[in-house]
Formats: sequence, structure tokens, C-alpha cells
Amino acid sequence: MSKLSLRVNGVVHALEIDPQTPLLFVLSDEIGLRGPKFGCGMAQCGACSVILRGQVVRSCVMPLRAVGQDEVTTLEGLGTPEKPHPLQQALIEEGAAQCGFCLSGVILTAKAVLDKKPDASDQELGQALGGVLCRCFAHLRMWRAIRKYADARKA
Amino acid sequence: MSFSRRDFLKTSGALIVNFAASSLARPFPFAQGPFDTHPSHIDPKKLDSWIAVSADGSITAYTGKCDFGQGMFTVQTQLVAEELCVPLERVKLIQCDTSLAPDQGTTSGSQSTPTNFNSDNLAQAAATAREALIAMAATELGEPSTDLTVAEGVIAGKNGRRVTYAELIGSKRFNIPLSSTAKRRSPSQWAILGKPVHALETAALMTGQFEFVHNVRLPGMLHGRVVRPPEVGATVVSVDEKSIRQIPGVVKVVVRNNFIGVVAEKQSQAAQAARELKVQWKPGPGLPQQKTFFASLLGQPAQDALLVDSRDIEQQLAVAPTVVRATYVYPYQMHGSIGASCAVAEVKPDHVTVWSATQSVYPTRSVVAKLLERPLESVRVVYTRGAGCYGLNGADTVSMDAALLAQAAGKPVRVQLSRQDEMAWENFGAACVIDQRAGIGDNHAILAWDCETWSTSKGGRPGYERPGNVISGMLAGNPSEEVKPRAAAEPRAELRNRSNLAPSYIAGCVNGKCSGAGTVRSERVLSHTVASPFFTGPLRSPLRIQNTFAHECFMDELSARVKADPVAFRLQHLRDQRVIDVVKAAARAAQWEPRPSPQANLRRSGTATGRGIACVAYEGSNGYTAVVAEVSVDIESGRVTPTHFTAAIDCGPISNPDGLRNQTEGGILQGMSRALVEEVTWDEKRVTSTDWESYHSLYLDLPLPSITITLIDRPDAAATGAGETAITVIPAAIGNAIFDATGIRLREIPFTADRVRAALRDLGNHSGDAMLRAQERVNETV
Repeated sequence: MSKLSLRVNGVVHALEIDPQTPLLFVLSDEIGLRGPKFGCGMAQCGACSVILRGQVVRSCVMPLRAVGQDEVTTLEGLGTPEKPHPLQQALIEEGAAQCGFCLSGVILTAKAVLDKKPDASDQELGQALGGVLCRCFAHLRMWRAIRKYADARKA
Repeated sequence: MSFSRRDFLKTSGALIVNFAASSLARPFPFAQGPFDTHPSHIDPKKLDSWIAVSADGSITAYTGKCDFGQGMFTVQTQLVAEELCVPLERVKLIQCDTSLAPDQGTTSGSQSTPTNFNSDNLAQAAATAREALIAMAATELGEPSTDLTVAEGVIAGKNGRRVTYAELIGSKRFNIPLSSTAKRRSPSQWAILGKPVHALETAALMTGQFEFVHNVRLPGMLHGRVVRPPEVGATVVSVDEKSIRQIPGVVKVVVRNNFIGVVAEKQSQAAQAARELKVQWKPGPGLPQQKTFFASLLGQPAQDALLVDSRDIEQQLAVAPTVVRATYVYPYQMHGSIGASCAVAEVKPDHVTVWSATQSVYPTRSVVAKLLERPLESVRVVYTRGAGCYGLNGADTVSMDAALLAQAAGKPVRVQLSRQDEMAWENFGAACVIDQRAGIGDNHAILAWDCETWSTSKGGRPGYERPGNVISGMLAGNPSEEVKPRAAAEPRAELRNRSNLAPSYIAGCVNGKCSGAGTVRSERVLSHTVASPFFTGPLRSPLRIQNTFAHECFMDELSARVKADPVAFRLQHLRDQRVIDVVKAAARAAQWEPRPSPQANLRRSGTATGRGIACVAYEGSNGYTAVVAEVSVDIESGRVTPTHFTAAIDCGPISNPDGLRNQTEGGILQGMSRALVEEVTWDEKRVTSTDWESYHSLYLDLPLPSITITLIDRPDAAATGAGETAITVIPAAIGNAIFDATGIRLREIPFTADRVRAALRDLGNHSGDAMLRAQERVNETV
């Protein structure tokens, strides 16, 4: 057990915990966030995705100690139902989900790519989203929404 | 806030519940005691079991059909709002809670819409409530009910007087039975139902606010994991509890027969304990070889069923100028939910609560009571959504895990399965072998069709009585349902095509009544159910996708044999107008060019393209669809890339066109994944496809096909299911398109690049009748 702090979505949390604990369990069990989810525990599906240092990381395999003092952004950190982030808004408008369990991977991966490269091609987006799984296969709506957001952002 | 249904009923108040799912984390003591009239203590014949009007005029509705991400929550809310003439946001829907909602069995089999959107159950309850409110208003306003109009929960008379629902009955019970004569609002009047509405929870999902069962947290809650056997059939010899003593936070090791679980304070501690617990296992009996598995099914003792038999099939095949025979193979596939299953349970001395993503809250309540040896009425199961399940995934089994561990720990326990727990032990979609024979006459019409299938089975849904039908219940010492070999009885009173065992092209005549979709009158459909080494269970379009793959590919083989256009050949042998209409609509929308398959001048290098069609009357009469697939095939690599799908779908009156499109799009792409890459694998001891590297699924990368959907609205027909129709035809549509593009007929799912390449190589090595030889080669594998 160690005493340490974790910055998530603009809030600093004081924790007393084993620093080897996977970040996902800290976010969901200690802080009570619902965005990042346990899908596989092996970084194969993307359901646990969060943004750290501008990159999408799989929180299920990242030990807490690797986070340091850097800010972690989860799906909740982007926007709220009342005031969603424009990318979330685009997915809402397209009705781009079925069960919705995969959305951390879909939304945060697309956001990280487009933050770094606003004019990312479909190929570049596809490369990143190639590691994201959606077993309900709402793929077409998701892509439509991401494209819509990317185009609006460029304009 | 703590309340019970009984408390409400005691005060004669209507049952109005207004809570976030998380507030249910408080106990519900004895909620069911006085109402236990198994199967349901909530009488579905009473209006108050379905609908309540609160003092502020909002409507609470109770349903036993829940939403797994397929839009049932939203569309049932639309239904209640429509029938009661109130805005959508004034309806609060409570789904699948054994303390609150009527027992509607299992939410499955494309039955939610037929059950709740026709003239029974939820729809009829809402219509009954509206008529009852109008009758009350007639008395109140002193005007005949025919003079009254209803809008937004206000009933107005011609004289200008008005009365609201809340004034008429707010917080009081109706105390009337469901009316059998209450009239549903006509689709021509619909203002809310029939309109495209995105899922009501969309914004909550996109922003990470939605509460899944994985997010349920109770005060004092502990974390559990299970320790499954290292191989199929292994049994526990001994468990060394000391082996995990050094791990901090470990609370308990639970062993019951071959069921083992660990409970710890933190999730990571539980995961570590499950990994490191030393268990001595007695090995299992071993598994049949995967390579020869399909052939081995044919010789096994089987439970036989004869769906239809005109008793002239052998004579007809003997005289037919052309006889075509082909054998199709469909592998075990997985539900493969993206979230490994999770449940939370709390076991108190006098009551048990389970938060579960099961499709079957009442049956789960019953099996949990049995496992824990508790009275049925002391158990409550609260449906809380999990990751999309597509059938019997790990949700039922993990609910049992949580109940067993919570009972042993004496504290609330949340159990999270690992990815391997989920994938190695779920109830797979059945492996099947389907043998087809048909005779074709000189007039190029099908004379006779004989279909014989072998499907694998073990366990299944636990239902109310059989916890052993899934892994946890079985390990804890309960028997699984096994195949009971027996000869086929004579066909029933009429064709029952619930599993789409019968192709659409046979007449389906039993005892003089012909209820098949087609014209072929010499017909036989015989099925053999054989024992499976793995648990099996319903997976989206159970048996329908397997059988339809075989029927619709074989139909293409017949049409190719007589050099007929596959659409025209289908239409020639169909007589069910609704199937005919979807075939025509899909062909028209796809700008189908009438010609035989394969196309002339087949390419032998580069990229070949082709189109294929397949159709189905789902379960005989529960939804209709036809899909045209267009694919490109890379001749060198064998990689198949679907480029476009054109679907036509008819599910009666359309309740939510957006939900229907979403389901159809998802069904098509899920079908594509299953047709191209998905297959359970195993070695001599265990399942080896236990993560996303070893069990393949199409990811979110490109290329993706485009999809065009034609919705056929039939306001006057009964409402049918729609969530499983599209996926049912996709493997066949893609298989037929590959044939059209290349001339190779693949009869085994999945159509991996390796299989396609091997078949193409075969085709290149033989000229002339190479196509036939390629077929024979594939058939030799079974």
C-alpha cells in the first residue's frame, strides 16, 4: 500500500493503494467511474481506453504507478449528457451505438488521433480503430459520426 | 428509501417507482412474500401489474422484456406513450425486475416484439388503461366517451371541460383486469410509435454515465473471481487454500463440488488469488479431434425429429433426371460479448438480491433459490444491462457465481469473469452438419428436396429448474440437460419451422395442411441432435443461421446447375408473398442483373467481384428478409471483402424505423464477421480460442461495406421480430457472392482467406469439371 494521488478529469484523488493495481480497477472501483470498462484485461479490445499524455492507453494493463502526476481523461471527462463534447455529440446524432460497452475505445481513440492530426485520413483513423472491437457491430454509424466530427472540425 | 411492492399494495396506492438503478443498492426486504404464485407473483392478467399513473400524471410501465442494446427499452417506451397518448418523456419503463415486473420468461428468440406489440401483454395493458381512463373521464365530464379526445394525458370533452389522467387516477390502482377488447391505436394515428427514435440512453452511453451491471457498487462489497477447470471435464481432487495466504485482502476460498471461487477485498487481489490458487485436478476424458469432428457427428446416437415427410422422396430422387447433393458445415461460434460477464449478489439471512444481465430474471431467480437452498420468494433478481449478449452468454453463469460467493462470504460480492473464463466456458452456438439432396426435372423445376441435419447440444438455458445447463451450476453439482437418443416421431399437426430446419422452397405439407413458404411437394426434413462436448445455447439466430446457410447456398447450387438466375429461380419456387416481396425488393434495390451464377469469364488473377442473394421467412413467419451481398475476392490471397449489402426487411408494422435499421446494420456486419472469421477451436483437452487473438472478430478498421436497407411497412399485419432476420441470411449471401465471383462453392463456415485460397488453387489445378472436384474435396472433409 502506498499513498499517492491521481488526476482524473480535472480532479485530484488521494489514494492509499498498491501502486501495481491496474489503472482500470482504480478508476472503476476506487473512483467509481463508469466510462472505462473491463472487456478483456489484455489490451485486445479497447473497452478500458483512457487518454494519458495525449495518447490512448489501455487502462486494464497499465499499472497505477506508470501514470504519475499526468492527467487521465475518461469518457466522462470529455462531456456530459447535457453538454457533450462535439465528437460525443456527433455519435449521439448518428445514434451510433447498440449496447455501448465499447464506446470508450471508439470515442477516445478517434479523439486522440484527431487531436494530434486534425486532417487524419480514413486510413490513419482506420489504423487506430483497428484495435477497437464493437461486437454489436455499430461500425457504420460510428464511422459516419467520426467522419462528421472530423470534417466539421477542419471546416 | 426502502419500500416494497407489498407496502404499496397495502395502501392501495399504485406502484410508482422513481429511482436510479444505483439506488436499488438498498435492500428490498420480503418484497415478494405475499405474491408468490409461481411462475409469477405479479398477475399479468391485472392492469396494475403493467401500468401505473402517478400524481403528477407520469406513467410507470413494467415489462418482462428487457434491452440488451437492441432498442427494446426505447421502443417499449414509445409503445406505452403512444397507447396512452402522452409524450415519450412522461413514461418511465421498469424492465425485468422480479419484485416489480410480470414474469415474461426469457427475453429472446425475436419474441419481444411479437409478445408485447400485438394484442396481449404490454400493448394490451396500455390500451386497456387508455380506455379505462376515457371511461372514467366520461363519467367525470358527463359526456359520452365517443365525444372525448385525448392528448398529452388530458381528456377533453366537446363542452370544453378537461380532466387529466392524474386527476382521474393519480397514485391509485385501476383494479381492473386486462381487457381483451381494448383497441390498440391504429398505425395511421401513430404519433410516437412508428417514428424513428434513437435509443433513449444514447447520451448517457456516449458520456460514460450509463450504469451497466459492471458498475453496480454496494456498501461493503467484495470482489470475486472463479477458478475454472484447466480442461473440459476435469474434477477437483484438492484445493490448497494456503497457496494464496500471502496475497493481501483475500477473504475466502469457496469450493463446492468442482466449483471454485475466491473472494477478496479488491478486484486485483481476487484476480491474483484466482490465478495463483493451487488446485489439484483429475484430468478430463479428453476432447474429440477438431479435424474429424464433423464427420464423427454423423455416427453418434441422436435425438431425431421429422418435420415433414411426403414419403415419396426416394422414389422421386430415383426418377429425377438430375440429382444434386451437397453437405454443409457450420462450426461452433461464440457470443463473445465484449464485456466479460459480471454480476453482483447480496445474500442476507432473509433475502437475496442479484443484479444480473441475464435475459431471464425469473428463471434466474428460480435457479439461484435452488443453488442457495433458499425459498423462491426470498430471492430477487434485478436486470441490469451488461455488454451485448446476442443470446445465452456468460450472464446467467456469472449470476450463479456471484450468488454462491456472496452466500459464502456473507457480504455483497461482485464477480467479474476473466476473458478466458468467458470464452472457454460459455454456451457456444451449435456446430452443425447439413446434408442436402434435391432432384431437378427436365423443366428445370425442383422435384424433390431432402434435408438432413446434425446439430450438437449440451445444456442450454437453465430455465426455472436446471442450473447445471451452464458451467457454474454444473460445476456446483447439478446435472446438465443431455441429448436423449430416440427415433423420430411422425410429424406434428402442422409444419413447425421455428428453427428454419425446413428450406423456404418446400410446401411443408403435414396432415394435408401446407404451411411451407415454397412449392416443392416431395419433401423430407429430418434432424438429429447429438451430444456436444461443449455447452451449447442460443446464439443470435440459433440453428436458423446454420440451416439457412445450407438451404440458401444449396438453392444457388441448384439454380447454377440449371443455369438459371438465382433470383428468378427462387421466385419460381416460392409461394409465400411476404418472402417473394422481400426478394423482389432487395433485387430491385441492388439493381440485380438477371443471369446465372457464376458470371461468365471468371478472372484468374487480381480481384474478382460477384453478387449473391439469400432470403428467409424467419422461424417460418416471424419476420422476412432478403439480402444481396456484393463481394470482391483477392485471387492471390483468398481474402474476401464484402463491399455492399442491400437488404429488404418486413417485420409487420414498423415500431421504430431507426431501431430497425440499427439492428439490421448490426446484424449484417455481425453476420459478416461470423461468415468470414469466427470459429471456436480446441485441442485434445481444452478450448483454445479464449481471447481476441485466438477467436477472431472483425474490428473497427476499414474497409467496411456500405449498406442499403429497404423497409417494408405492413401496418395491418402482426408485429414480428426483427433482430435476427438479417444476420440469418448473411453467410449464405456472401457464400453465393463468392461463387458468383470465382466459381468456387464453399460449404464450410468461416470463409477464411486460407480456405478460399485453397479452393482457388484447386480450381486452378483442374480444368473442365474442376468446380465439381472442388466441391467433392470440401465434402470429403465431413
